[in-house]
Amino acid sequence: MSSQVSSGAGLSPAMMAKDLLVAGILAAAIFGTTLGFKTETAVGGLSLEYKMGLAASSIAIVVVGRLLLWLTLWRKGPGTGSASSVADSVFNGVVSLFEGRTKILGIAALLFALVFPFLPFADRYWIDLAILILTYIMLGWGLNIVVGLAGLLDLGYVAFYAIGAYSYALLAHYFGFSFWMCLPLAGILAAFWGIILGFPVLRLRGDYLAIVTLAFGEIIRVVLLNWYQFTGGPDGLSGIPRPTFFGLPFKRGEGNFADVFGLDYSSIHRIIFLYFLILALALLTNFVTNRLRRLPIGRAWEALREDEIACRSLGLNTTMVKLSAFAIGAMFAGFAGSFFATRQGFISPESFTFIESALILAIVVLGGMGSQVGVVIASIALIGGFEFFREAEQFRMLIFGLAMVVIMVWKPRGLVSTRIPSIFLKEKKAVSSDMVAQGEGH
Amino acid sequence: MLKLFYGKIQALRGVSLDVYEGEIVTLIGANGAGKSTLMMTICGDPRASSGQIIYKGEDITHVPTHEIMRRDIAQSPEGRRIFPRMTVQENLLMGAAVTDQTHLEEDFARVFELFPRLKERREQRGGTLSGGEQQMLAIGRALMARPKLLLLDEPSLGLAPLVVKQIFDVIKELNEKEGLTVFLVEQNAYHALKLAHKGHVVVNGAITMSGTGKELLAKEEVRAAYLEGGAH
Repeated sequence: MSSQVSSGAGLSPAMMAKDLLVAGILAAAIFGTTLGFKTETAVGGLSLEYKMGLAASSIAIVVVGRLLLWLTLWRKGPGTGSASSVADSVFNGVVSLFEGRTKILGIAALLFALVFPFLPFADRYWIDLAILILTYIMLGWGLNIVVGLAGLLDLGYVAFYAIGAYSYALLAHYFGFSFWMCLPLAGILAAFWGIILGFPVLRLRGDYLAIVTLAFGEIIRVVLLNWYQFTGGPDGLSGIPRPTFFGLPFKRGEGNFADVFGLDYSSIHRIIFLYFLILALALLTNFVTNRLRRLPIGRAWEALREDEIACRSLGLNTTMVKLSAFAIGAMFAGFAGSFFATRQGFISPESFTFIESALILAIVVLGGMGSQVGVVIASIALIGGFEFFREAEQFRMLIFGLAMVVIMVWKPRGLVSTRIPSIFLKEKKAVSSDMVAQGEGH
Repeated sequence: MLKLFYGKIQALRGVSLDVYEGEIVTLIGANGAGKSTLMMTICGDPRASSGQIIYKGEDITHVPTHEIMRRDIAQSPEGRRIFPRMTVQENLLMGAAVTDQTHLEEDFARVFELFPRLKERREQRGGTLSGGEQQMLAIGRALMARPKLLLLDEPSLGLAPLVVKQIFDVIKELNEKEGLTVFLVEQNAYHALKLAHKGHVVVNGAITMSGTGKELLAKEEVRAAYLEGGAH
C-alpha cells in the first residue's frame, strides 16, 4: 500500500476506489474477527455474541479516513504530500528551531528537572514517574556507551542492572553496609562482571555477540532465581535499607532529616530525595560519557563501531577497547541497579527479565544510537507513554509495537540521527548521518 | 619461506621477499593470487602457518597485531576502510591514536599539504567523500602514525586514472623526499611497476617472477598477463 501512497499524484477515481476496496477488505478481515465476535460467560459455558455494528463502524472509519487522506494530504504529488513527509517537515522544523541552541535548551531542561519536584502539580505520582523515567534515561545512557558508541549489540544489559541491585541488597543484608558505601561497590562489581563476560565473548561480532549477551542476561537471572539460600530465589530480598541524607534517615522523630532541618515530617521528602539522587546519577553518566567521547578512548569506541578491521590496522588493541566500553557501560547499570534496590526496598529476579533489556535497547535505538539527547526523548516517550496508555492495558503493547515500527520506518536511524564531532575547528556542528551507510567501511 | 593456510586451503605456498629501507617494493598479481593475504600476514592477522617475518632484525611473526602496528609500520587497508560517520579530522586523529600526541598539529599540516583536498573537507564526514578522497584519507590516516614502513593495499582500486596518478605521485614524493619505505600491493601493474624499485609477481600464492620495476615492465609474460587490455 505504501507504494501507492508515495505515487499518489493524479490517481484516477477508479484506482482510488480499488484502493479503498482493498483497505475495506483488510479492515473487515481484522475488525470483523477481532471486534465482531465476543464470548460471554453464560450459564453452562460460553456464548457467542455478535457485535457487527462495532466492526462495521471500525471498517467505515478506516475507509472514510483513507478517502479523506486521498482527498487532502496525498493529492499533492509524490513525496511532498505523503503523511510521513508532513511529519518529517514538522519534525525538522522543530529540530531546526532548537539547532544552535542546544546549550540553552540543555540548561533549560536541567533547570526544569531541578525545580520539577517543587512545582505545584508535582505530587507523589508525578515524582515517582519522573524517577522511573530518569532511571531509564540513566540506563539508556549507560547502554549507549556499549551499543551507540562502541557498536556492540548487548541484549543482556539488564544483567548488570541486576548485579548492581543485588550487590547492594546482599551487602546490606549480610554486612549491614549503607547505601553510600554500596553505591560505588555495586558499580565496581557490575564493571567486574562486565569484564568477566567480555573476555570470552568479545571475539564475537554482531549477531553472535548479541546472542551470547542475551544468554548471559538469562544466566544471571536464573542464578538469582535458584540460589535460594543466598539470594532468596523467587521470594526476592525485602527490607533493603532506604537511603539516608548523608546519615540522616527519612523517618519520623528526633535526629532525623525533617527534625534536623526544622521541617514537618512528610513521606514526600524521601521521594524528592530519591528524585535528586537519580537525577545526579543520570547527570554523572551523561557527563562522564561526554567527557570520554572527547578522549582517545571514546574516539576509539566510535572508530570500532565504524570499522573494526581499520581499527586493528591502526594498531588499536580492539579487545581492550571493547572491554572498556563493556565495563564502563556495566558500571553505570550497576549504579542504577543499586538505586533501584534502595528505592524499591524489595527486589526479586522478576524485575530483571529480558523485556527490561529490550526496553532499554529500544530506548537507545529509537532515540538514535549514540545520541544522548535522543535517549532522553525516547525515555520520556516510551516510559511516559506506558503511563499515558495505562488505561488501555491490553492494547498497550500493541500500540507500542506499532509506534516503534512507524518511527523506525519514518526515521530509520532513530529520532536524533545527527552526530556531533568530538573535535572541531571553530564551532560544534552536528552532522546528519542519513546519507552514510551504517558501520560500512567504504 | 612464508606459508599460510585458510583452513585446509593453502593461500601462500612459500613466499620469500625482502624490503630494504628507502625502497618501494610492489607485489602484483591477479585476484586471489595471495597479495592481500601476504600483506595481512605481515600485520599478524591471519598468522603465518610457518616461516618468519623479520622487521628491523626482529622476528615479529608472533607479535600481536596491535603491537606490530606500533613499530613504525602503518597500513592503508584494502577497500580503504575509513570511518564513514567520523569527520576527516577525526579519521586522521585515529591514525595517531597509538603514537605520541605531541606533534599532532605538525602531522595534520603535513597530511593537508600532501592532500589539499582533505584540508578543504576536514569537517566533512568520511563517508561523504568521493572514492579518491577516501583513498587519500586512508593514506593520510596511515601517515599520521609517522611510519617508517608504509603498507598500501591496492590504493588504485576503483579510482579514475587521473586520481590514481595523483596518489602514486604522492607515494613517490614521500619516498624520494622523506625516504619512506613503501610496500605496495597492486593490480594496476603498469603504475605500480613504473613507480617501484623492485617488483614481484604472485601467482597462486607463490612468487613467479622478480626484478626491478623496469625489468618486469619489459617482460613479455608480464605484459601479456597484466598489461594487455590496458590497465593504464
